[in-house]
Amino acid sequence: MEKEEVKILAIETSCDETAAAVVRNGREVLSNVISSQIELHKLYGGVVPEIASRKHIEKINQVVEEALEESQMTLDDIDAIAVTYGPGLVGALLVGVAFAKSLAFAKKKPLVGVHHIEGHISANYIENLELEPPFMCLVVSGGHSHLVHVKEYGKYEIIGRTRDDAAGEAFDKVARALGLGYPGGPKIDKLAKEGNKDAIKFPRAVIEGAPNDFSFSGLKSAVLNYLNQCEMKQVEVNRADVAASFQQAVVDVLVGHAVLATKQLGLTKLALAGGVASNSSLREAMRTECLRQGIQFYHPSPIFCTDNAAMIGVAGYYEYIRGIRDGFDLNAVPNLKIGER
Amino acid sequence: MRILALDSSGLVASVAIVEEEQMIAEYTINYKKTHSQTLLPMLDEVVKMTQIDLASIDAIAISGGPGSFTGLRIGSATAKGLGFAFNKPLIHVKTVEALAYNLYGTNQIICPMMDARRNQVYTGLYEFQGEQLHVLKDQVPNSIEEVIEELNEIGREVIFIGDGIVPHKNLLKEMLQIPYHFAPPHLCRQRAGAVGALAQQYYKKGMIESAKAHVPDYLRLSQAEREMQEKLKGM
Repeated sequence: MEKEEVKILAIETSCDETAAAVVRNGREVLSNVISSQIELHKLYGGVVPEIASRKHIEKINQVVEEALEESQMTLDDIDAIAVTYGPGLVGALLVGVAFAKSLAFAKKKPLVGVHHIEGHISANYIENLELEPPFMCLVVSGGHSHLVHVKEYGKYEIIGRTRDDAAGEAFDKVARALGLGYPGGPKIDKLAKEGNKDAIKFPRAVIEGAPNDFSFSGLKSAVLNYLNQCEMKQVEVNRADVAASFQQAVVDVLVGHAVLATKQLGLTKLALAGGVASNSSLREAMRTECLRQGIQFYHPSPIFCTDNAAMIGVAGYYEYIRGIRDGFDLNAVPNLKIGER
Repeated sequence: MRILALDSSGLVASVAIVEEEQMIAEYTINYKKTHSQTLLPMLDEVVKMTQIDLASIDAIAISGGPGSFTGLRIGSATAKGLGFAFNKPLIHVKTVEALAYNLYGTNQIICPMMDARRNQVYTGLYEFQGEQLHVLKDQVPNSIEEVIEELNEIGREVIFIGDGIVPHKNLLKEMLQIPYHFAPPHLCRQRAGAVGALAQQYYKKGMIESAKAHVPDYLRLSQAEREMQEKLKGM
């Protein structure tokens, strides 16, 4: 017999955020603590895996203790421990996995390994209590651009993916070329607000025979070429226009593909997830197009778009009630595939 | 006093429960399998076999470095989790020192050497003065040539221990001008038993820390930090 109330302690250390959360019954976030290392990695223009791993070790106890305190619970009140075991940076993942396993071992609690992207998708459940599968989810972040068909809780199928750069990666590279620094997404989003999105015509890639797949490397090259040509011709670059036009090209492709895929599968709900999901232009375009097409649109608040452990607690809950349990030999799987265990 | 000891600093994964007068259990595996998959299952096995209630331990000793960065973190994260869950302090034992402690009672100088890649070994120099392990030279990354030079200068009989010997055995035989020995197979790698036994002494001296405060001692910066420092120096 399952208990009526299930409280999950979740831990997430897949990249540069050390995070822990307590989630009740998969929908109610009792605490959500995030210790970000972003300032540290800015010095290096991107996340340095070894530094990230070292920081996780320094912070993990504090973050977990705070998450428990904020939820006014002790480890003994927790019903299960959920932890991100992939995909991500292997050294970073291992800190969370080893820590979570030792808690589960010491307190004799069930352990549930969670897929990081399934966590991002599940972040949509937190503020949209009526949202239930099936639905389409567009996952966009620094490392991922996926169209995922969420068939039921815990059942995912990827129906579209990027062939080269992830959307967030393209944002970072273009931001660097524009001298905006790291991380690129929020900086381009901000600068784009001052620019004209129709000023420069950048390409929107469509892949023949794979209408759901993405490609952003051509777009990225087009932006870099444009900047080079301006420099050669000694024409002054309007950086806001470049940012706005580039962002619009990314948004057009993401929205177009996501809406098409949703309709093709006869779904009525479309959700957004991942770090790039907090991009204001993407959200607006998605909202407008979904409204036009009669699709219900969902997205998490920015705090649940960034890497966090609350989303891992939500995804972990649905794995837990499906009976998923992991052993003390649970390992980090840096290239873990969606829907696989 | 009962101490749980862990070492996953190198290729070896090792778990032990050590009391003042005796060792209750030790489980050591020297095999290429990731510590993430071995360390905790090994501890689970030890607990099952001995039926020890881990809540009865006084502290958790962790071989805190140097070593493989990832290996150190797996051990460290495990110890930090156990320390938090059981509300017990941690004892950070220096890895090279614990290696030396394997050779309790020898009258030779002990020179542990752990493979540190980049043509270096993590090493140090130790000797026993009565029951106490005395540090002649604290643990540090060093080139094998410098280690040999130092030992020749000291001019005393030496015993080597650790996986750092393997790639340099010929060079050692060639260049050492002093009597030397290599530790036998049952003593020549990290063992949690030695970590736990040495931790008993640390504990009595009050050398404990909270699970929250513990971090491994890598003895090296990350590559990115090193390159950044060199760049700044060059400017």
